[in-house]
Amino acid sequence: MSTPKSKSSAKVVLSLSHITKVYELGDQTLEILKDISLEICAGELVAIVGPSGSGKSTLMHIMGLLDQQTGGTVKLESHDASSLTEVEAARLRNKYIGFIFQQFNLLSRTSALENVLLPTIYNEGAVGKEAYAKKILTDLGLGDRLGNYPNQLSGGQQQRVAIARALINDPAVIFADEPTGNLDSKSGHEVVEILKKLNAEGRTIVIVTHDLELAKMAHRTIKIFDGQVVSDTTK
Amino acid sequence: MKTSTLAKSAFLSISRNKTRSFLTMLGVVIGVLSVILLTSIGNGLTVFVEQQFKELGSNLLIVTPGEIVNSDGGFDQQGAALSFATSKLTIDDSNDLTRAGYPITMAVPLTGSNGEARTSQGKRSGMVVGTTPGYSEVRNTKAAKGRFISESDLAGNRKVVVIGSKIADKLFVGQNPVGQLMTINKLRFEVIGVAESKSAGSFGGPDIDSFMYVPITTAKIVFGIDKVMEIMVQSATKEQLPRTKTLIQTTLGKHLDSKDFAVTDQSEILKTIQTILGVLTTGLAGIAAISLVVGGIGIMNIMLVAVSERTKEIGLRKALGATPNNILIQFLIESAVISTVGGLIGIILGVLGALALTPFFPATPAVSSIILAFVVSLGTGIVFGVYPAKKAAALSPIEALRYE
Repeated sequence: MSTPKSKSSAKVVLSLSHITKVYELGDQTLEILKDISLEICAGELVAIVGPSGSGKSTLMHIMGLLDQQTGGTVKLESHDASSLTEVEAARLRNKYIGFIFQQFNLLSRTSALENVLLPTIYNEGAVGKEAYAKKILTDLGLGDRLGNYPNQLSGGQQQRVAIARALINDPAVIFADEPTGNLDSKSGHEVVEILKKLNAEGRTIVIVTHDLELAKMAHRTIKIFDGQVVSDTTK
Repeated sequence: MKTSTLAKSAFLSISRNKTRSFLTMLGVVIGVLSVILLTSIGNGLTVFVEQQFKELGSNLLIVTPGEIVNSDGGFDQQGAALSFATSKLTIDDSNDLTRAGYPITMAVPLTGSNGEARTSQGKRSGMVVGTTPGYSEVRNTKAAKGRFISESDLAGNRKVVVIGSKIADKLFVGQNPVGQLMTINKLRFEVIGVAESKSAGSFGGPDIDSFMYVPITTAKIVFGIDKVMEIMVQSATKEQLPRTKTLIQTTLGKHLDSKDFAVTDQSEILKTIQTILGVLTTGLAGIAAISLVVGGIGIMNIMLVAVSERTKEIGLRKALGATPNNILIQFLIESAVISTVGGLIGIILGVLGALALTPFFPATPAVSSIILAFVVSLGTGIVFGVYPAKKAAALSPIEALRYE
């Protein structure tokens, strides 16, 4: 249970203004995103849905500072993220953004604990996060699997490690790209419940998916089609 | 981002796949191993030769008859016959040199002939060397048992002999030879001493340990040997060697033609041999270094493969906040660690190999070679790791994450 927050009173964490993304392929010009503007506020649970090729992945990459837009501006927390160097983008990602991927993307032959701590090695001045990492993993039900390698964990457990990794630097916003795509329905439901619980604790979460069932868990759904926002509804 | 944390990350990556890491460093291991082993052999030979020269006396000039010069300044058993037959040197020449003054401190003449030694235990051939008491000092040869020839032995033409260690071992088994009798060419001699064993004979030199030293006067009277094979002249100091050489030439020049004798400076011979060995060692090391380059190329190839295989990992690290520099340094440290560890293993194996070789062949590892090998292996890792590391750092996170 969570009350939808009104946009006017909540803090804006991420804002996109007139974003376009154009790819040059030889002599062809592909417009992936055509003028998108939106705002994500603190504490929101947003689903971005659309079919394959709609540009939702590209949109997520731009929101997550993994890719640079062709036109328009991006603002993250108080930082103008419109034109960043690779180094600046990396620093902002490390500090403010947590990622959860469809394919988990854990380091093999590395313990769950070490995987969760991975973002901290790129965080200047990060010290003593080990206790916090253990706490997050325990809260997610993996307290007795801290030393396990990914090949010793089930899909659901691996995704939970990935979620813990996304939380370790206390990000301003968490992006989940098809988080249940590689999971069976039971594990998938578990992950959904975890994301809901995190949101109830105040985390800002953006889920990108083409699964409309998954989208139903969110309070706000943004529909993308052909590089444009076709609807933006809040329950 | 602290280098130590990146280093730890690099170490973790290397230990994640120990087999591959080991195979990667094999080229460096072999390269360093061969460099160390070959330079040890070169160094060992140099040390051995220097030791030989030291054992056989320092600050020495050797006067030989005619133009025949011995390669190591000692008795050359094959050249002896020819030199002997034509030698115009006499004991008087040796005395002239002794009296010539500074910087000559001593002149010791040598005569020689083959002889057969016999005791109740058996017989053995060796070189009978007629000489004076000064031989012991000039040639650094002390009596291990008993004493060396004395002035009174010389004056009295006594039939006394100092035998080499091999003669003692073979003909006086289980006894102290000193005071015993033996025959040389059927004539009875008393053993007054056993010469200490010399290693110079062990590696291509004359068989010094089978020599039998008798007073030079006795050799003349008893065996009829009076042609002098060699006069060893000792110089007061190393610096005076050139002056000593000139003094010898002028002194002998009074009675002899300059083509009747040759003066050889042992230290010059030593320098020449050292130079040759030095060039040899460097040449061997150069050849071995080529295998090191191959090892470095091997590292570069494997690192390129690793970058390709770990594309997703690199993409992930970048997504989580790694800057291109972070990735570059991580991969550079990985290749540097692999090559340095390979270098250390190569050094250890090379030194062990040299030690194992020592009983059969001189092989002494030089500290400078070891340090150089270490530095070079570290450098190899860095130089050959740069290209793969740069490739890794330049990957775009999105494409990397999508890579299958």
